[in-house]
Amino acid sequence: MNFMRCSLLLSLLLICNQVSALEFNQVQTSESSVTFGYKQMNVPLEGKFNKFSSTMVFDPAKMANAQARLEIDVTSIDTGSAEGDDAVVGKLWFNAKAFPTASFVSTGLKAVGGNRFEAAGKLTIKGKTLNVIAPVTFQATGTRGIFEGGFTINRLDYAIGEGEWTDLGTVANEIQIKFHIVVNASPAKK
Amino acid sequence: MNTVERYNNTAIALHWLIALLIFVAFPLGWYMSDLQLSPTKLQLFSYHKWIGITVLVLALMRVIWRFTHTPPALPDSISKLQQMGSHVVHGILYLLLFAVPISGWLMSSAKGFKTVLFGVLPLPDLLDKDKALGHLLEVVHQSLNYILLLLVVLHVAALIKHRFIDHDDVLTRMLPEGKSK
Repeated sequence: MNFMRCSLLLSLLLICNQVSALEFNQVQTSESSVTFGYKQMNVPLEGKFNKFSSTMVFDPAKMANAQARLEIDVTSIDTGSAEGDDAVVGKLWFNAKAFPTASFVSTGLKAVGGNRFEAAGKLTIKGKTLNVIAPVTFQATGTRGIFEGGFTINRLDYAIGEGEWTDLGTVANEIQIKFHIVVNASPAKK
Repeated sequence: MNTVERYNNTAIALHWLIALLIFVAFPLGWYMSDLQLSPTKLQLFSYHKWIGITVLVLALMRVIWRFTHTPPALPDSISKLQQMGSHVVHGILYLLLFAVPISGWLMSSAKGFKTVLFGVLPLPDLLDKDKALGHLLEVVHQSLNYILLLLVVLHVAALIKHRFIDHDDVLTRMLPEGKSK
């Protein structure tokens, strides 16, 4: 019994050691995705951003050092309709000429139990920066980790859709942003 | 044989309701497709789709009515050839009452826009999103509508001919009771 307990403890320690030796910091952009859902006349639509870049530093043993940065090329948007794609890069929506990039920069990562975390950060769209909190899960198999999460923003908070488009009866205010970021680990520097 | 001279109120109501909806949906479809993207355009597209699905449901009711009732026979004064022509045109019109909304529904699915009836009832997407197929179905939907327009013109022209040249009773069979005769 005692031996069993000891060996269990020992193996747990070993696992912990192994995990702490891994720092996930190589984002695999081609396997990752940033998508969003919205409603138009109550019709649910899915869109995505085809071009983005991301840097991440995540060591489960050093939560305080966790960092995430995501930069999205807003002109790479796929709204689910060609007509929509042309429209939303325009002035009233993203005004991509003046604000070509949208970004998320983490300010803190909090473990909330199991593989669940809360990522707090600053979301900048169309030159406007607001604080957001995104629930995130992290799953690692060997040296391959996957962050998955999402949060909802109100598009009018960022002036996405001005003029006649401020009407929320056609395009709803809530935009559900979802991300799936694959990040590989390399041995942590001592 | 059971002979009736007029369509009953259910058939008359269905006929005119569908006619009214088509008279709204057709020009709406024509007008809205060339609009620039705007909230109005999105609204009109939804209204057009709601009307179309309503027509589809009413058309189904009409066909059920047809299978459970005997429609009034055409008067003997109309030649066999003309009677046959009339049946053919009516048959195609019935088909189009289904084909036009269904082609629109398919087109909508292929273009990636779910149909949410009256903004509350999501209808299943009958096709996966497919750009090329979406474009093809747009052409099909438009073509079917031009055929519909042609046949409606023929339908009304025949009516005018029967009313003012032949002086027979084919229009009043489809009018509400009080206004007939």
